[in-house]
Amino acid sequence: MQLRRTLWRLAEVIEVVPETPKTKSLLLEVPGWEGHKAGQHVDVRLTAEDGYQTQRSYSIASAPEDERLMLTVDRLDNGEVSIYLTDVLMAGDELELRGAIGGYFTWEAGDGGPLFLVGGGSGIAPLMAMIRHRAAAGSDVPTRLLYSSRSYEEIIFREELESLAARDGSLEVSYTLTRSRPEVWSGYHRRIDAEMLREVGWSQEESPLAFVCGPTLLVEAVGSALVSLGHDPAQVKTERFGPTGG
Amino acid sequence: MDEHRLDGNAAAGTLGEVFSFEVTTAHYACENCGRTDQIGAAMVYEVRGLGTIVRCPSCDNALIRLAHNRGRYWIDLRGIRCLQVEDVAG
Repeated sequence: MQLRRTLWRLAEVIEVVPETPKTKSLLLEVPGWEGHKAGQHVDVRLTAEDGYQTQRSYSIASAPEDERLMLTVDRLDNGEVSIYLTDVLMAGDELELRGAIGGYFTWEAGDGGPLFLVGGGSGIAPLMAMIRHRAAAGSDVPTRLLYSSRSYEEIIFREELESLAARDGSLEVSYTLTRSRPEVWSGYHRRIDAEMLREVGWSQEESPLAFVCGPTLLVEAVGSALVSLGHDPAQVKTERFGPTGG
Repeated sequence: MDEHRLDGNAAAGTLGEVFSFEVTTAHYACENCGRTDQIGAAMVYEVRGLGTIVRCPSCDNALIRLAHNRGRYWIDLRGIRCLQVEDVAG
């Protein structure tokens, strides 16, 4: 079973959706796709005409219940893969990928909660898969999302998050903006710290399942702050992008 | 050098090329310090074009070293005292 997961296959790009000035979502049709768990990723492989190959991992942002597979890609100025995916790739193109991969950073409605999701930038992608899966499965697991972005314009999935939270009392969404903020802004405007995690998150007595995804510095700061607040390290799962992602 | 420090989870695709079980949820015991945890919670260093090293987050000991060269995989598991894998068939 597992061996089949490592097979590379060709997906078709159905649509490329601009999410923010720097981020696009790819909606893919993957023939023979065997489904995924919220939080899993795929490896994407590009092959140049001279045979040079390079690959990167991208989290799946869609719920298992969704019709299309969604990858949300942040365009990095020096990212040889992300520039191709965000600037060149168009609907109708093919994309080579393998997955779904990774059983560690996953959540299913039956796993319960409460859930504490902490994301930075495009690190929202696997957390969004969990939020979408939770909604699609009709789960009422109490869930809090703390999402850090550089600016208001760079909040990915903002409208969808707000509409989900507006009709679901057990989903709370909090934002922090680290660089610029609108003149009227009621959210946080600093990097995530222990005080913010304590205000927004659950106490350790409530034994939340925490998932943290984003750039390495954010993930390490949040992970160690949660443990210092008394959370069980085994209940704090992290996924780092690395310094650049690519 | 183009080296990336990631989570054990990030190596799932590469490790899946050689292991037929889900590696990231397997539990390891570190040969050096005895820490036990899931591979997905370990640290992964990927050096593009060379290979992947999975390190213990407590003591930095190399748990798994994986290289791919000339059509072969090289796997060094000296850093793992014991690996516990879920029996998915059972």
